[in-house]
Amino acid sequence: MQIFERKFCLYCQNEIRPLITWESLFLGPEEPLLCEQCTAKLERIEGKTCRICGRPFSKIDDSFKKGDICLDCYRWEENAAWRGVLTRNISLYMYNDFLKDVLARYKYRGDYELVRIFVPEFNRTIARIEYDFLVPIPLSAERLYERGFNQTEALIQEAGRDAHPLLKRIHSEKQAKKSRSERIQRPNVFTLNDTDEEKKAALSEIEGKTILLIDDIYTTGTTLRQAATVLRQAGAEKVLSLTIARG
Amino acid sequence: MRFFESEDVLVPERLFRKGEFFAKSKYEISGQAKRIFAVEKIPAQSLDQDFPYNRDLQRLLSGRVLLLEEVPFPLESIHEHVEHGYIRYEKGIDVDRDGMYCRRCQNREVHLFGRFHCARCGEECVYCRRCIMMGRVSQCSPLVRWTGPEPVFSYPDALRWEGQLSIAQGEAARRIVEAIEKKTDLLIWAVCGAGKTEMLFPGIACALQAGLRLAIATPRTDVVLELAPRLQQVFPDVPVAALYAGSGDRYKFSPLTITTTHQLLRFHDAFDVMIIDEVDAFPYAADEMLQKAAEKARKRNSALIFLTATPEETWQRECLTGKRNCYILPARFHQHPLPIPRFIWCGNWRKALTKKRIPLPVRTWVQERLAIEKQALIFFPDVELMERTLPLFHEFHPDIASVHAEDPERKEKVQAMREGRIPILLTTTILERGVTIPNIDVAVVGAEDETFTESALVQIAGRVGRSPAYPTGDIAFFHYGKSRAMVRAKEQLRRMNEEALRRGLIDYDW
Ligand SMILES: [Zn+2]
Ligand SMILES: [Zn+2]
Ligand SMILES: [Zn+2]
Ligand SMILES: [Zn+2]
Repeated sequence: MQIFERKFCLYCQNEIRPLITWESLFLGPEEPLLCEQCTAKLERIEGKTCRICGRPFSKIDDSFKKGDICLDCYRWEENAAWRGVLTRNISLYMYNDFLKDVLARYKYRGDYELVRIFVPEFNRTIARIEYDFLVPIPLSAERLYERGFNQTEALIQEAGRDAHPLLKRIHSEKQAKKSRSERIQRPNVFTLNDTDEEKKAALSEIEGKTILLIDDIYTTGTTLRQAATVLRQAGAEKVLSLTIARG
Repeated sequence: MRFFESEDVLVPERLFRKGEFFAKSKYEISGQAKRIFAVEKIPAQSLDQDFPYNRDLQRLLSGRVLLLEEVPFPLESIHEHVEHGYIRYEKGIDVDRDGMYCRRCQNREVHLFGRFHCARCGEECVYCRRCIMMGRVSQCSPLVRWTGPEPVFSYPDALRWEGQLSIAQGEAARRIVEAIEKKTDLLIWAVCGAGKTEMLFPGIACALQAGLRLAIATPRTDVVLELAPRLQQVFPDVPVAALYAGSGDRYKFSPLTITTTHQLLRFHDAFDVMIIDEVDAFPYAADEMLQKAAEKARKRNSALIFLTATPEETWQRECLTGKRNCYILPARFHQHPLPIPRFIWCGNWRKALTKKRIPLPVRTWVQERLAIEKQALIFFPDVELMERTLPLFHEFHPDIASVHAEDPERKEKVQAMREGRIPILLTTTILERGVTIPNIDVAVVGAEDETFTESALVQIAGRVGRSPAYPTGDIAFFHYGKSRAMVRAKEQLRRMNEEALRRGLIDYDW
């Protein structure tokens, strides 16, 4: 046994001091990936949240609540075209300044290893959800080449689970500068992924299934709802989503 | 990216996706495309003198090592320059007897490499995590380098400056010019407030006239932001580039580049003159990567000039024993002696502060400053202790504030201090450098704590008496047992004053 092996924080590279607790003594230690300071900066979403989008109620004003959902979700549900498309979203962490930096380095700089930070919480959460297929939000071919990997597929893979790439992206990902109404009215960027026989076979099983969509951030919920629409039209019974961050 | 190995050149696989290139291609391609990492020896083209190379590409790439995606030119055009010997593809990640390493940042630490299944090459791809903030270097990333002629320039009489150098500054300036002409190493050890920027002007002017490319590298972005406009002002006709994380001057060729040491990673064999400012400051002194970057960025035959107010101990010894080419500038430009710190014993300050008591000597010192309305900085060894202590200080004055590295209002607070709206500012060591407030006193609470190195204490003392109108002030080191660093810092300042007096650089005895 290597007791004195040096460990470094996956994010800031500072050395991690071994932490021995009673739990770790009995259950075996869970390898810490982040140092204490970085761990403290991750804000796990807890307590009461919006029933649909998973936004913590502690972070919003009472005037933005409508019963057990938030005003944003209320508006989505008011619109017949979007009603019930996304049953429920669960997000692991608040999209605070720290997580913003971590995700930027992961996605845009391409520091793949950082995905391991999210794996334990991802697995704990997913164990409590009933679903049939895990579907990652896809990247366009150009963007995939540019980044070298799909950040949500990577999460599923590192968590040791099977991804079902049932969707593909037809338009570019650039949406940062568009307003809310433009995004909502915009044509759907997703379509069913039927590029080969294997994919077609997977699609034929979608009827009546519960899909769990995986994405990195839930911001307005537009992306996830667009993806959900396509899956529902293809016969999926229910679409849920799980994201690393809630913006 | 993957390449085909043709007879004497590597051909990017991506080019073959485009039909027209394939049609006119003259390559005999055999075998599978492979990652640049797997290529045994990268063929070198001889330079085709008649090739009409792209001047913009030359100006961008000259002296740089960039990822392909950092070069805003079409791949076809880049590749054409490769064929004619003007650009070389190089491996980003390479391997030798000692294992894998990153050719951009020289990283060899196993824990600073990562791996992933790569959509670009379709294989498990090892990448460097140490320099990831500048874009990912992996086994399938080629780095591109210019191998054609360098841009030629000359700026005779470029300096527009009416000011005068003091005698000592003039001497330092002469030594800098000499180091540039002879391409040697030089350390300028100049006290805080000596006016080191001005001393550089003659040397820079002389290099620009001779067509030599200069870099001024500093560990801190603040310094780049301050220095670049100042130099642009006195060299108005010379394009000055300011490089730091997120700066826009990235694609500019400049005879005079002001850069963070970090950005030097993007250069190779570029500079005839490398000036490194504040060598002692974090993170250069601590970070071997940045020292290697500076070595890699300058030409083999180049001048290397270090500027510092507080060289580390071994360098001090080398200077004092003549083992290092060094010029000591012991006096401030206003020719008043350096104020010397006082050591004041204040008992167990940590215990006292934890129990919410300010040690009596510190309390008295604060009350004195407030009584005569003199502004002051008080340094603390750590943030937590400082934040816990702040409410205690509010009993003396409600406007006393505190600041630390991650304080979002850091800039505003320093500005408020400058404008006299804060009577006393509590701070961690982040304000030890760079902050100049005309008429202040400073105190250090817990001066013997290991955060306060000799160099930190000299820098802190250097905040006092900077302005010719207020050349003196009080420096109080409150302690619970003197440290070696404290004694050495005081000794260093005293020796500088003696030396300045001996050389007639300060006006009077103190
Ligand atoms: Zn950390
Ligand atoms: Zn909601
Ligand atoms: Zn590297
Ligand atoms: Zn690759």
